[in-house]
Amino acid sequence: MTYQLDFTSLGAYWPQFLAGALTTLQFTLYATALGLVIGIVGAIARGSHVGWLRLVAGIYVEVVRNTPFLIQIFFLFFGLASLGLRMPIFVAAVLAMVINVGAYSTEIVRAGIESVHPSQIEAAESLGLSRFQIYRDIILKPALERVYPSLTSQFTLMMLMSSVTSQVSAEELTGAANNIQSVTFRSMETYLIVGLLYLLLTLLLKAGFWGLGQVLFPRRRRLGTVL
Amino acid sequence: MSVAVKLEDVHKSFGAVEVLKGVSFEVAPGEVVAIIGRSGSGKSTALRCINRLEKVQSGVIEVCERQVNDAKLDLRALRQDVGIVFQSYNLFPHLTIAENIMLAPRRVKHITRAAGRALALEKLAQVGLEEKIDAYPEQLSGGQQQRVAIARSLAMSPRVMLFDEVTSALDPHLTGEVLRVMETLAKGGMTMIVVTHEMGFARRAADRVIYMHMGTVWESGSADILTNPQTPELQDFLANEL
Amino acid sequence: MPTGFNLNYLIYLFQGMGWTVLLSLLAFVFGGLGGFLVMLARISRIEAVRRIANVYIQVVQGVPLLIILFIVYFGLGILGVSMPPLVAAGLALMIYCSAFLGEIWRGSVEAVPRTQTEAAECLALTRWQVLRDVVLPQAIRIATPPTVGFLVQVLKSTSLVSVIGFVELTRAAQVINNTIFQPFAIFGIAGVMYFALCYPLSLWSRILERKLNVGRR
Ligand SMILES: Nc1ncnc2c1ncn2[C@@H]1O[C@H](COP(=O)(O)OP(=O)(O)O)[C@@H](O)[C@H]1O
Ligand SMILES: [Mg+2]
Repeated sequence: MTYQLDFTSLGAYWPQFLAGALTTLQFTLYATALGLVIGIVGAIARGSHVGWLRLVAGIYVEVVRNTPFLIQIFFLFFGLASLGLRMPIFVAAVLAMVINVGAYSTEIVRAGIESVHPSQIEAAESLGLSRFQIYRDIILKPALERVYPSLTSQFTLMMLMSSVTSQVSAEELTGAANNIQSVTFRSMETYLIVGLLYLLLTLLLKAGFWGLGQVLFPRRRRLGTVL
Repeated sequence: MSVAVKLEDVHKSFGAVEVLKGVSFEVAPGEVVAIIGRSGSGKSTALRCINRLEKVQSGVIEVCERQVNDAKLDLRALRQDVGIVFQSYNLFPHLTIAENIMLAPRRVKHITRAAGRALALEKLAQVGLEEKIDAYPEQLSGGQQQRVAIARSLAMSPRVMLFDEVTSALDPHLTGEVLRVMETLAKGGMTMIVVTHEMGFARRAADRVIYMHMGTVWESGSADILTNPQTPELQDFLANEL
Repeated sequence: MPTGFNLNYLIYLFQGMGWTVLLSLLAFVFGGLGGFLVMLARISRIEAVRRIANVYIQVVQGVPLLIILFIVYFGLGILGVSMPPLVAAGLALMIYCSAFLGEIWRGSVEAVPRTQTEAAECLALTRWQVLRDVVLPQAIRIATPPTVGFLVQVLKSTSLVSVIGFVELTRAAQVINNTIFQPFAIFGIAGVMYFALCYPLSLWSRILERKLNVGRR
């Protein structure tokens, strides 16, 4: 007997699929916003004149980038629980994602900052801009504009990685799929649907970031080039 | 073979821009033709059409009795008959000089490695660079690299050689050594089409000079047209070149 | 060491680490073969082939590895073939690697100047000879740093196969934690083990990258 794919029994579960997809999106949005903040702070620390600050930021980046996300989640989630610190799964999941993507963002933003030519800063200094103004307008903004494509593709990767949070029972899209397949026994069909939903989320996110880039960086749009 | 290369009313466009607007000329076997003209007049494009690096929209191109525009053209056979040397040498940086030269003969003509090396040595002797046989391209000066590029083309025993401003990227004191190699080649009876800005070379080595202007052959004749140009455009061009 | 953690557990972790390395190598080798085909398809002269390869890449890169893993795992089950988890894990990782390596290598091949291909074609070499003798040797130099960097990605990705019960390093750590519940220590040690595998590769990739940039200047 050959197996017949049968999606009909899954029709009733569309609210769960939808809720899962929305949770994934929610995770992603939070982690993007906070991860960007960490990325900027981390990049500044990485380039700071204070030795220990540079070291701490460096260790953070290397540790996160050279260990699996799943281990990071387990360490955080079960570790904190063993200390008696219980937090909502939602918070734990987003926290793990922020720590993870923050490290990647740090490296990306740093590369952007390093690509700002020193003469730009000298020119700004000679115009009498304050240090804060220089950092914000002459260094950070052009740096972010330049690395925007790398940053957003990192955030898209993170959306895909959020599926791993299902392993600590987060109820995002993969978590929802795990639940649905365990009651319907239609595993293959369930994961095919979820795969498709992730694909749509990826496209949605890419389109969203592209649109946001058009609004945030009108200069890039005008030139039509990567700066 | 009465003509080595023949172009007849060749039209070539890139998108909406027509770059060759009906180019016609013939090159007899053993003849050396210099093509001169302003930058952008279509000289490189004409050369590239001859060994079908570019496809033309209309017109006839015949090279060594082959119809270049024919859909059934054996492209690799054409490329064996026609050697081309570019302004930017384009040696293969990961191969030694010997390997650069023998790569194509070994792959295409299936000669042995030893025969390939002997061939490389022979061709290097022709351009005066035997001692560089085991060097890598980056260890050579621009002039030497360009001579190796010529040797590499010659190793395939082409019947026609095309040169596209081969000395334009070189320091003035290095152009002489390359031009001398080409003049020797010309004296040896090679059929050559040479796009060049070196009026001295054209005068000394060319049997015929073609002046291209705005995608057409504007004026052509013996090297005398360089001293006695008929059209105001060529007069203008020559005045600016000197 | 906290009470409860003993040498046997450590040995168990090291065994898991061995499987992690083995699985990574399998994924890399087979994924590399697949990736080479994907790269060839992406630079094919036939538009349909290029399109199909592109769709393949977009799909694999647009779906979480975890989901690919589940689909392969249950897919093999449906086909009625009862396979050890190693096969499902290896297959899923291979698919994942082939898409990413295919993209990395296509970029490297396209980074070889067009004039090199042209010069080779003008010497009457066939398309395959041009690729093998002229383009690939130069592309390999360009591709090495990102490929080594991707190895780190592969090593980390193998942790996901723990979810289908394959006992590699992460699964081993989980199993131990389930018995003695010392999460900080156990996942900490596992983390250090991953770090010991990944960090040298990261460094190596960075050094290669720097060398390449110097060589090109
Ligand atoms: N691949 C191409 N695509 C579009 N335009 C081209 C291309 N190659 C050449 N051209 C255009 O064709 C014209 C003639 O170029 P070319 O044959 O290189 O002139 P020349 O060698 O005489 O300087 C130029 O205007 C150039 O911009
Ligand atoms: Mg030209």
